Amino acid sequence: MKSNYEKFKSVCSILEHYSFDKSKLIPILQAIQEEYKYLPQEILAFISSALNISPAKVYGVATFYSHFSLTPKGKHIIRVCDGTACHVKKSSSIIEALREKLNLSESEMTTKDMLFTLETVACLGACGLAPVLVVDDKVYGQMTASKAVTLIEQIKG
Amino acid sequence: MEKYLIINGIKVFFDNEKNILEVIRKAKIELPTFCYHSELSTYGSCRLCMVEVENMGIIPACSTPCSSGMVISTNTEKIINMRKIVIELLLANHDRDCTTCQKSQSCKLQTLARRFGIETVRFKNVTHKTDKDLSTYALVREQDKCVLCGDCVRFCDEIQSIGALGFVNRGSKSVVCPSFGKDLELSECVYCGQCSRVCPTGAITPRSEVRQVWKALSDKNKKVIVAIAPAVRAAIGEVFGLVNESGIRTAGKIVAALKNMGFYKVFDVSFTADMTIVEEANEFLERLKEDNIPLFTSCCPAWVKFVEQYYPEFIKNLSTCRSPQGMYGAVAKRIMPRVLGVKKEDLVVVSIMPCTAKKYEARRKELADNGEIDIDYVITTQELAMMIEESGLRFQELESYAFNMPLGFKTGAGVIFGTSGGVTEAVLRNVAGSMSDGQDESEQFSFVRGDNGIREATINLLGRELKIAIIYGLRNARQVLRELKTEKRKYDFVEVMACPGGCVGGAGQPVYNDLVTRQNRTKVLYENDKTLELHKPQDNPYVQKLYNDYLGGAPGSTKAHEYLHTHYKYKKRYKESVAISDNDNKGVEINVCFGNHCMKRGSKDILKHIVEYVESKKCKDKVNISASVCLEKCFSAPNVKVAGTTISKPSDKIIEEAVDKELK
Repeated sequence: MKSNYEKFKSVCSILEHYSFDKSKLIPILQAIQEEYKYLPQEILAFISSALNISPAKVYGVATFYSHFSLTPKGKHIIRVCDGTACHVKKSSSIIEALREKLNLSESEMTTKDMLFTLETVACLGACGLAPVLVVDDKVYGQMTASKAVTLIEQIKG
Repeated sequence: MEKYLIINGIKVFFDNEKNILEVIRKAKIELPTFCYHSELSTYGSCRLCMVEVENMGIIPACSTPCSSGMVISTNTEKIINMRKIVIELLLANHDRDCTTCQKSQSCKLQTLARRFGIETVRFKNVTHKTDKDLSTYALVREQDKCVLCGDCVRFCDEIQSIGALGFVNRGSKSVVCPSFGKDLELSECVYCGQCSRVCPTGAITPRSEVRQVWKALSDKNKKVIVAIAPAVRAAIGEVFGLVNESGIRTAGKIVAALKNMGFYKVFDVSFTADMTIVEEANEFLERLKEDNIPLFTSCCPAWVKFVEQYYPEFIKNLSTCRSPQGMYGAVAKRIMPRVLGVKKEDLVVVSIMPCTAKKYEARRKELADNGEIDIDYVITTQELAMMIEESGLRFQELESYAFNMPLGFKTGAGVIFGTSGGVTEAVLRNVAGSMSDGQDESEQFSFVRGDNGIREATINLLGRELKIAIIYGLRNARQVLRELKTEKRKYDFVEVMACPGGCVGGAGQPVYNDLVTRQNRTKVLYENDKTLELHKPQDNPYVQKLYNDYLGGAPGSTKAHEYLHTHYKYKKRYKESVAISDNDNKGVEINVCFGNHCMKRGSKDILKHIVEYVESKKCKDKVNISASVCLEKCFSAPNVKVAGTTISKPSDKIIEEAVDKELK
């Protein structure tokens, strides 16, 4: 895992890469989230000072897009599609099974050991494979509740 | 060719109106809006100004430009139904405890619900009963009363350039709040309170201190003294249907009302405004001699906090004179006990202001006397009106009373303090000295008056050319400060008031939404000045007497400095710091400043050197390195703080020595 210093160094390089341009706020936040896996409050404050925009505005952008997260996420991110096609194909039973397996709820999305974060998304654009879930950018199609639970056990090792 | 619209069958001509809403309002039709303010950008979110236009369908009037020949209907059945549904939906989402709401009777939502005859709300109420934000003395935020029109957000950003409030989240979860969802106190808010003025509902209101004042008044062991600010007399009549009443008569009625409520003495802040001018003009002359200019006025607490937060390099330019309220506090608490023969601890000092920031100013540590604040309670013009109503007094019919002496006697200079340009005009009158007989002293410098947010004047005085700027609105102030920095502008004297039009347009005044009301208030103050016998503060015999008896005889004396001056300091905007060490904040604290100034001057290299040095010494676990914005020493950037001691422009060696010393 990267040290705090290395992460902070990359924040500085990201800002330099975008020449401290306030109109590049969204790409900057994306790059920072890539680094930290979420957007820590103190980093947002630092960004607002460095770009000379009010922190309320930065916070507004960070909370507007569901892509940005203000709380730390787990090592593996599971995104279960709950779009129309997946929903009809019973994606909710997958979500329920994973929540039970990982001891999570609608409001609590990350496991205590910081290993998994379970999210639902409106559509992954892979309706032909419904129901679909994605773990760390790898797509798994035609899932069932039991297949999903097995997949988690495999990842845990 | 003349351009026209046909509105409800009537031809209405237009010229440069920016949208059809303005033309409709010109035709005397009060189209409802929440999110439209002529001084702000068009937002188009409330959907109340929808009108039906032939061949265009139903469209929002606020964001539709005029084109000649448009045929517009403002009240078709379809539109009326639509407006009703919008209001009903807003009410479903609204904390409807109107009877206990500060904004009751001046709330736009309440008015519109009545206007459109909403009898039932068919939808379930879904408010969350969030706690009130009572973190500041100036303002109260109540999220459940917000209609998300964004007026506050846009005012704070577009007019004041602060951006303390913002939209958070999206869709049904949207709220307006300060950054990181924190309380207002922790934000950059300067407490001008204009958000509460433009708020159509009670989501942001000035924080009332009426209960505390009533309590003090009912305490038999206390003597409560009060003073009213100049701008108050220009606006309170509006609440009681008194239009075009002279400032002197209204002030007389206020005195009568306050006496009736049981205040022991009623004074006028215009008196201490006279003192402020005498003191400030003296400071100005001295600064001119030392070439320590420009001098910035410091009467507006929102402006002062603005400079302290954003432009620390200009703090030295702020006049060290206290504001008229600050001077009133010092005189009332420290001198008046001797004059009135009342024990200090039995005296309660109240001031009545057009302003919410004054509530904050009164509690500034810098103005306290050994930790004890001078002014116990600050109430706004709105709150005074509430007290008058609560007492059951018929304000319109009250007979005028005179202020108490000595702090009730003022010159016209102290009265015009309440409007943009007034402080400048008063200072000029003082600096210029007496005029020969027969000339009208109230008109001598009237050319500094006006309606623009940035005004300039050049005057030949004291054998030199004085360049002056008069500003309202903090975005305007920011622009001028930027240009002063690059020397694009050069001034000797700069007056800034945060609120549009100056104090007359303050957030503590009765809620107004049109320019005419504000201009009328300004007119009242200038007329009041004209009808007074004296116009120059140095001619006020009671100011002279106060100086002779208690303040070392003359402006600028040691005693005057002790009582009437103050100081300012850099106010940090960010409290967050970023952890660099991985050891959970243990060990010797090393703080590298990553504020804008320091970052440009190499804080990255300093941090790199420290991290590498600590690693080479194998003492990583014994230090706690962090990056913060900022260490408040921007002039000597870059800065590092090692175990509480700030080192400016450090060389590698100096840092190494400092770290070594702490590690031993």
